[in-house]
Amino acid sequence: MAAVDRTRFIGLKSEPFTADVEKGRLKFFAKAIGETDPVYSDEAAAKAAGHPTIPAPPTFLFCLNMEQPNPYDLIQQMGIRVEQLLHGEQSFTYIKPAYAGDRLTFQTTVTNTYSKKGGELGFFVRETDVTNAKGELVAKLNGIAVVRENM
Amino acid sequence: MAKQSIRYDDLKVGDEIPPLTTPPISRTTLALYAGASGDHNPMHIDIDFAKKAGVSDVFAHGMLSMGYLGRILTGWVPQKQIRSYGVRFSAITQVGDAVACTGKIVEKFEADGEKRVKLALQAANQKGVVTLVGDAVVALP
Repeated sequence: MAAVDRTRFIGLKSEPFTADVEKGRLKFFAKAIGETDPVYSDEAAAKAAGHPTIPAPPTFLFCLNMEQPNPYDLIQQMGIRVEQLLHGEQSFTYIKPAYAGDRLTFQTTVTNTYSKKGGELGFFVRETDVTNAKGELVAKLNGIAVVRENM
Repeated sequence: MAKQSIRYDDLKVGDEIPPLTTPPISRTTLALYAGASGDHNPMHIDIDFAKKAGVSDVFAHGMLSMGYLGRILTGWVPQKQIRSYGVRFSAITQVGDAVACTGKIVEKFEADGEKRVKLALQAANQKGVVTLVGDAVVALP
């Protein structure tokens, strides 16, 4: 099949989205990934380990970004259906730790698109900046999503 | 609960960090992860939706495995020492798969006035199929 050209979406940005890091949510997330270190679910244990409160674990920022009213807004703007999606790559660069009680703002930019396997698979690269209430950069997220064009 | 301090000078390239293997992933695991992560993509939790989309069953969120693999980092050093963490998802993780997470030191270096190590990370299923290939940079005293 002919490759789907999505290069016109390079530079497309999501609306900035702000979410609170909630203690209860962090406990639930710890349970979901089988994290038994009490630092991730018990405030007293977190403080005893030198944290101000419960920290957001390494991959949680990706999840919090899914809390926006329509987490698939960008992919839908690009004409992609959710069932076509696979996660290709994901990385995090950590600049400041994030903790329960933080209010974080996420903004994602589509930075590249390309296709492989004779157009069978489409790819788009997205970069998300996460900033705190003081406007400081907390982390950068980089992801590559794969689109199964035949589905 | 303070972790035993890991020191840069005590490590060498090739050293492995403590691994972990998860229990087999159940549908409950996927439902809980969907709720806790906010990733409500029905391809991971709704077999009817998956079948309509042409696949025989739901499959695990890649980010669930990335969460598992991240636990070997946070189990090894305090999280604030992790500078970066990334993975490539190389195979789909199915319901019933157990995820074996391993990591080893591949580089020791100094950057931004810190002593750091780079780790090669990997997740694999019970058949030995590699599902995630990753790396991380960790600062050490």
